[in-house]
Amino acid sequence: MTTEAAIPTEPGKAREYFRTVTKDVAWIAEAPKPHKLWLAALTVAVCAFGWGIFCIYKLVMTGIGVWGNSNTVCWAWDITNFVWWIGIGHAGTLISAVLYLTRQHWRVSINRSAEAMTIFAVMAAGLFPLLHTGRPWFAWWMIPIPNDMGSMWPQFRSPLMWDVFAVTTYMTTSILFWYMGMVPDLATFRDRCAMQGKNLKSAIYGVLSLGWRGSARQWHRYERAYLILAGLATPLVFSVHSVVSFDFATSQLPGWHTTIFPPYFVAGAIFSGFAMVLTLLIPLRYLFNLKHIIKQEHIHAMCRIMLATGMMVGLAYASEFFIAWYSGNPFEQFTFVSRAFGPFWWAYFLMVGNNVLIPQFFWSKWVRNNNILIWFLCICINIGMWFERFVIIATSLARSFLPSAWSYYHPTRYDVGVFVGTIGMFLMLFLLFFRFAPVVAISEVKGASPEAHAGGPGSKGGHH
Amino acid sequence: MSTHEETPVNVPAEGELYGYLAEYDTPGELVEAARKVRDAGYTDFDCYSPFPVHGIDPAMGIKRTILPLIIFAGGFTGAASGILLQWYCNAHAWTWNISGKPTWSIPANIPIAYELTILLSVFCSFFGMWALNRLPQVWHPLFRQDRFLRVTDDGFFLAIEARDRRFDTVKTKELLHGAGSIALEPVYLDPDPRSRQMPKWITAFIVASTAFALIPFAIAAKARNSHSSEPHIHIFPDMDFQPKFKSDTEADMFPDGRANRGEIPGTVARGWLEQDETFWHGLDNGQWTTGFPKADGNGQPFAVDDKLVKRGQNRFNIYCSPCHGYDGHGQGMIPERVKSLGGVWQARNLVEAPTADGKGGVVVQMPNGQLFNTISNGFNTMQGYAAQIPAGDRWAIVAYVRALERAQNASRDDLPPGSNF
Repeated sequence: MTTEAAIPTEPGKAREYFRTVTKDVAWIAEAPKPHKLWLAALTVAVCAFGWGIFCIYKLVMTGIGVWGNSNTVCWAWDITNFVWWIGIGHAGTLISAVLYLTRQHWRVSINRSAEAMTIFAVMAAGLFPLLHTGRPWFAWWMIPIPNDMGSMWPQFRSPLMWDVFAVTTYMTTSILFWYMGMVPDLATFRDRCAMQGKNLKSAIYGVLSLGWRGSARQWHRYERAYLILAGLATPLVFSVHSVVSFDFATSQLPGWHTTIFPPYFVAGAIFSGFAMVLTLLIPLRYLFNLKHIIKQEHIHAMCRIMLATGMMVGLAYASEFFIAWYSGNPFEQFTFVSRAFGPFWWAYFLMVGNNVLIPQFFWSKWVRNNNILIWFLCICINIGMWFERFVIIATSLARSFLPSAWSYYHPTRYDVGVFVGTIGMFLMLFLLFFRFAPVVAISEVKGASPEAHAGGPGSKGGHH
Repeated sequence: MSTHEETPVNVPAEGELYGYLAEYDTPGELVEAARKVRDAGYTDFDCYSPFPVHGIDPAMGIKRTILPLIIFAGGFTGAASGILLQWYCNAHAWTWNISGKPTWSIPANIPIAYELTILLSVFCSFFGMWALNRLPQVWHPLFRQDRFLRVTDDGFFLAIEARDRRFDTVKTKELLHGAGSIALEPVYLDPDPRSRQMPKWITAFIVASTAFALIPFAIAAKARNSHSSEPHIHIFPDMDFQPKFKSDTEADMFPDGRANRGEIPGTVARGWLEQDETFWHGLDNGQWTTGFPKADGNGQPFAVDDKLVKRGQNRFNIYCSPCHGYDGHGQGMIPERVKSLGGVWQARNLVEAPTADGKGGVVVQMPNGQLFNTISNGFNTMQGYAAQIPAGDRWAIVAYVRALERAQNASRDDLPPGSNF
């Protein structure tokens, strides 16, 4: 942040700063033509999404046999992708809620786009459990509604049902939190469009901003609601990934049946989420000239979080091995030895390399200033975290209790296609969001700036 | 802030006066102005700013919102309904017996109750906040002021409403001037009362979309209260319709038009040749055999030995004893049960010896082949066991029944010489 002493007191100085913030964010949505690179990226994303839709069509019409799943490895890319995406979503909530509660003001530059990332990631995640049921049109069986099958109610003691409730609550909360935060900024867009005579756009933003007029009495309730929502989203985000980890931890399969899973999964989720935030924001920040809003020190902070969470994840990997040895349980020991040195050894070393070794680069300040290198490292972490879930899911299943059932997992083109399709959908939605919505929380950036106190009693003497 | 400008009003002032709108240069000055206005005793006024201004709540005298209470009520409802829902579904309406575990166990119901607590709290925060703020609102007199467009950008405003009991066209203006406003203008309501109503197209949209949303429910309601001879609609056909022929149906693809394909003359399906008539049918030159087969169905030698009799005993005790009893007297557990219910029924006595004139003792007098045939195809109320018991095992039972007959009708002479029974 700029120094506290620099609060402008001459007339118009603070307003000039506020105007600049508005303009620097709003110009993206107001530019008559989108950036060429943005268009190129959108084209690629739409193509990938289209291919994904085709693969989903084939999958739904044929059955999940088009995937490489087998009786032995019954969960593979589907659930790996689900956990990966939902984990990515968690950084958004962490930035918007946890950092809000801990008064980390730097979050205001990235919280909006991180929240958008959360929603699109959860949308991508939600597809996989739905599709891997094979008959997604029966998904309503998981909703407790009276039906024509007698008193056929869901089994609420199944972690898979907990998952349904956790993920839908998370999705709903994330959307409401995101939208609520966006209303004052949508009102900004509404008023700017009205000033520029764009009546249709102004009407659309007008409906979306619900008639917001920035009244202090409204701000008062708004801020209360925002604080409480942040307070609710924080335990929620921890519960969601804990529940996701229960899908594994409550089973009796060696390699899944561990009490370390909830914290281990949550740390991994935050780790991968921050990697994805940076993967998206580093290029977009250059493309849309947001370098003075999303500052280098914000990237520094995110690198440090990745360094910390990466080491937590590494500690979890080590603890799993220690417990496998310390438990004296031969099945547990076999699973872990086979995880690292068995047929999926390459996946295990991709996981450890990318998740434990790669973040160590963030110790160096030189690395934290080198955005291209950070971007590359973040891609590595994304890959590593995908492999973490794959290693947990596929290697544990491939070498289960019955040696006659052991097998290997080979993905098919539909495994790849659906996954690539969700990446396409995620990028497409994110790029559209970046073009049409307020990508930075304008009102929060203004509120967190020293100019927000201009003209107050503390600034009379030129210092605060 | 020293430049006062009385902005010319661009809207004709034919509407009712809503109030005065004053603009301030900085958030701090807005707070100062708000404090002065409040101190002057005004209550119907509000400040407007692009972001929540620090310290404005005490300056304006805003009371703490009751929103947290609403949210608490919502969260409590969520927790209670989560527990009740799970109790009703899993412990009351549809109990699951899983290894005899209790049907109701709170720890496993915590996650869903937890999530519902959060979900309902979130709904109350979100919708409660908008409801208390009286939003969405389709019109507001302030939006008629061009100047007010900047409230979401860099403008800091304070508006005193004309309905305030201290409002006075002269004094209120002076107060706002004195509080350092950089601009001041009167705000009038739109003379057209229709502008204060929901635009027609929004009303039309809500009505139309609600009507459309009700269509599926209307169709479902109609379907529940009417009869139809049409097959029901398969939105998802699952595997109800498969490209295959069912038995005894028509098939155009064959010259005889039948889906059933008969056996090709001169062929026998695998495993159905049953060439050895003794082993498969108990016959010997068209008569019931009195001996045992020489070979089994695969042409291997068929030996009547101790092993076969033991096997026969094992099969007999499983398949025959429920009716015929372990000793073959026809008083197994089923006749016993009939007796306990007051009925009279006894299974055939397999070991009854014929009288001297050759009457009775039907089974004892049966040739082996006929006994085999009876086991295979049944007799009177007894069903055939060919489907359950392979032919070799049926022969083993025949051998065991012969052994039983012998044992049940034995005399002292049957004992080997020298035994001291």
